[in-house]
Amino acid sequence: MNNIELIFSEIFISLSIMFLLILGVFKKDSSKIIHNISLLVLLITAVITFNETLSINPTTLFNESIIIDYLSSFMKIITLLAAFVVLLISSNYLRSFKIFKIEYPILILSSVLGMMIMISSNDLIVFYMGLELQSLALYVLATFNRDQLKSSEAGLKYFVLSALSSGLLLYGCSLIYGFTGSTNFNVISTQFNTNEYAITFGIVFILVGLAFKISAVPFHMWAPDVYEGSPTSVTLFFTMVPKIAALTVFIRFLYVPFLNLIDQWQMILVFLSIASMLFGAIAAIGQKNLKRLIAYSSISHIGYALAGLATGSNEGIQSSVIYMTIYIIMNLGFFSCLLMMKRNNIYYEQIDDLSGLSKNHPLLSISLLIILFSLAGIPPLAGFFAKFYIFKSVIEQSMYFLAIVGLLSTVVAAFYYLRIIKIMYFDEEKDSYDKDHNLWLKLSLTVSTILILTYFIFPSELIDVVSKINII
Amino acid sequence: MNFPILSSLILLPSIGALFLFFTRSKSENKITVKYVALFTSLVNFFLSIYLWFLFDQTTSAFQFVEDRVWIEGLINYKVGIDGISILFIILTTFITPLCIISVNNSVTKRLNEFLIAILVMETFMIGVFCSLDLVVFYLFFEAGLIPMFLIIGIWGGARRVYSAFKFFLFTLLGSVLMLVAIISIYWITGTTDVVQLYEIGIDTKYQNLLWLAFFSSFAVKTPMWPVHTWLPDAHVEAPTAGSVLLAAILLKMAGYGFIRFSLGLFPSASEVFTPLIYTLSVIAIIFTSLIALMQEDMKKLIAYSSVAHMGFVTLGIFTIQQQGIEGSIIQMISHGLVSAALFLCVGVVYDRMHSRLIATYGGIVTILPKYAILFMVFTLAALGLPGTSGFVGEFLILMAAFKDNFLVAVLASLGVIIGAAYMLWLYKRVIFGKLINSELKKMIDLNKSEAFTLTCLAIPTLYFGFYPEPLINTIEVSISDFIDTYNFSVASKK
Repeated sequence: MNNIELIFSEIFISLSIMFLLILGVFKKDSSKIIHNISLLVLLITAVITFNETLSINPTTLFNESIIIDYLSSFMKIITLLAAFVVLLISSNYLRSFKIFKIEYPILILSSVLGMMIMISSNDLIVFYMGLELQSLALYVLATFNRDQLKSSEAGLKYFVLSALSSGLLLYGCSLIYGFTGSTNFNVISTQFNTNEYAITFGIVFILVGLAFKISAVPFHMWAPDVYEGSPTSVTLFFTMVPKIAALTVFIRFLYVPFLNLIDQWQMILVFLSIASMLFGAIAAIGQKNLKRLIAYSSISHIGYALAGLATGSNEGIQSSVIYMTIYIIMNLGFFSCLLMMKRNNIYYEQIDDLSGLSKNHPLLSISLLIILFSLAGIPPLAGFFAKFYIFKSVIEQSMYFLAIVGLLSTVVAAFYYLRIIKIMYFDEEKDSYDKDHNLWLKLSLTVSTILILTYFIFPSELIDVVSKINII
Repeated sequence: MNFPILSSLILLPSIGALFLFFTRSKSENKITVKYVALFTSLVNFFLSIYLWFLFDQTTSAFQFVEDRVWIEGLINYKVGIDGISILFIILTTFITPLCIISVNNSVTKRLNEFLIAILVMETFMIGVFCSLDLVVFYLFFEAGLIPMFLIIGIWGGARRVYSAFKFFLFTLLGSVLMLVAIISIYWITGTTDVVQLYEIGIDTKYQNLLWLAFFSSFAVKTPMWPVHTWLPDAHVEAPTAGSVLLAAILLKMAGYGFIRFSLGLFPSASEVFTPLIYTLSVIAIIFTSLIALMQEDMKKLIAYSSVAHMGFVTLGIFTIQQQGIEGSIIQMISHGLVSAALFLCVGVVYDRMHSRLIATYGGIVTILPKYAILFMVFTLAALGLPGTSGFVGEFLILMAAFKDNFLVAVLASLGVIIGAAYMLWLYKRVIFGKLINSELKKMIDLNKSEAFTLTCLAIPTLYFGFYPEPLINTIEVSISDFIDTYNFSVASKK
């Protein structure tokens, strides 16, 4: 156990969760203090991860069942920071629904812990453990606004479908275990016989389970309902954080044990990617609710991230990671706007509620404009570069079909982003929204907008950071 | 010369826009806001004139080149100009202040934002003409969609939403294939630097597909028949300043792109596809001229005439002769001046009567004499009367076309005649005739700023009509070297 310091961050976050639970039970009216401590915990964990693990060589722990390398450390830091911002900007929203309770930060912490385990997993069992830990916390988070029918419905729906997908995933794991005799990724890669179809079946089942978690088409059905029904701050969490973890597992699972089977899974990934990009873009056109719309948009964005993974190259992985990072920043900005659409303690989330926003809230609407154009992938905003890297890596592998379909679906997607802009800028104004926003909310919107807008000045920085990811 | 003059040209308008962004628009400082914008664009104009003064006409090499690492090992921020691009930059910096002067009457709401959009647009347009890297070019080329979308959508006419969407989606659809092509070029050759690509050349077996991908983007932007349909809509709904920018400069991006990229990078493919371009150009010239003849809306008529004029431009470019390309560039500059002026002319009467229909007007020569004179100058320039800049371009293009393909040249000349017909008929119906509509009597003649902008446009139109030498001198060496390189690479591939 001489490498124990490498999982200090996990240990720290689990101890904090237990401590906070006990604190919540024994101290009355402690929701505010627990909220603040949780923020601190997330930040400290991120710092620990940064200090202890970011710059070390790949190391495995616990009989090679946990791996600490640059990819896992980077993804953990992104997860922690994203969770930090979610927690930071959700307090006002929770208060207005009277659900500012101790459970909320603790549930977020435990799901983050689950994700960290997933990200580090090098073994099917460990991976499954992490997955279940995060999923259970997410089910409860989805129903967090339990007095609202929609929220309960969202949680239930998520639970039932997610349980089904976990079942498929487990079945895949058992197939792989049965035909290789191990659950460890490194052992599997040396044991399997490429001609064995059962292995392919196993991969397919596991991919289905994972595709469900990142809501890739055709396993996306839960996403719009759950995103719409859950409290907005939880939706924000759903659209970003679990996807980082699931995507990391995607990378690890496909590229470590099964790189030799690339012919088998590449087709599946290309299909998932094309279906997600196209379906996400087309289905979003008819939406009236902003949260549903962003659900479809996130489906479409996941399609692009998967396109990077489908290439089977290091550049592809890196471009996916860059894509997710930029996507998270854009998403944070978008949801900050959504959380600002409040009038007399009621939050508005229909697209029509944005009507004429630019007259009453010029700064808010210009930020949203920038974010939307960036989501649509129009240069010179960050979203363009994200897509650019993806398509560069895709074309490097001569996957022209994927690239052209992807780019054409950006045109379709541009339509619905433009529709929001049209409603904000071209339509008649409505009553103005409250202007006394939480400082953190304003800050997160400003920072994300500025990052998106000025990304083109220093594009190399993110590439430098990500280019240390070396899986193959 | 260490002073980064091109980057300053690109950045200056954006800095002005940033400045405007932080001055909130209130009713009392409307004038100030306008002066800030005007000042920025004028500084830019004088800077570009200074650039023309410094410009070395005797070489075809790229000048004022700035090369900085932008994305490590991937893209360099590289800008530079030669004889082909410098005139477009001056056109851009010349038209923008005139646009800003002209917003006096047409834009009543959100003046501040409008000026920001125009200045940002200027940045992108200059960027397009300067960039010597394909990715940088694409970036500027696409980014221009954002301000233009807003200009049409916020300040446009009744069907502005439809037009703005059509404009945006058409151009985006055309451009995404170009992005695929750019990345493919990077993958094939390992660079996106235009100068290096000129030297290396691209393998002939890839050229046809790449050419088509670039073509899809430029054809939409030019616009060529049959993908021209967004242009009349966009023009009609855009506010006057928006139409001016669109007609005068945005369309030129595609013409410039054809010369710089389609011919420069894919010579053998250009050879293959020349018949296609000829056919489409001739159809554009004749077909859209006939359509223009039937228009009842003045702006639509001018929009269709733009399509026809751009048909001449593409025809001239793909003759791949000295006169043809020179003619095309002069035609583009001339069209930039003339169509801008014509849209301003329509704007003048529209601001007074709020109607763009030809039938509303008639007989206003007695009420608006100054307007009638200036409008006449531009009408004659648009139909290519000798002595106006429109003539020089068309003449050179037709001369080159006659050398290359007799039938095409004859058909294109037919377009000149129809062009004369619709422009003169438009002029007759609007300016002459009996004064039937009594409302028209209330109209007042050009105010100072309108007269000033139109005169500013009339002077170069006439000057370059009589004496096109300065333009030709600037572009001559670059084009002749360009054609030599082209012929050499076509010959060597055969």
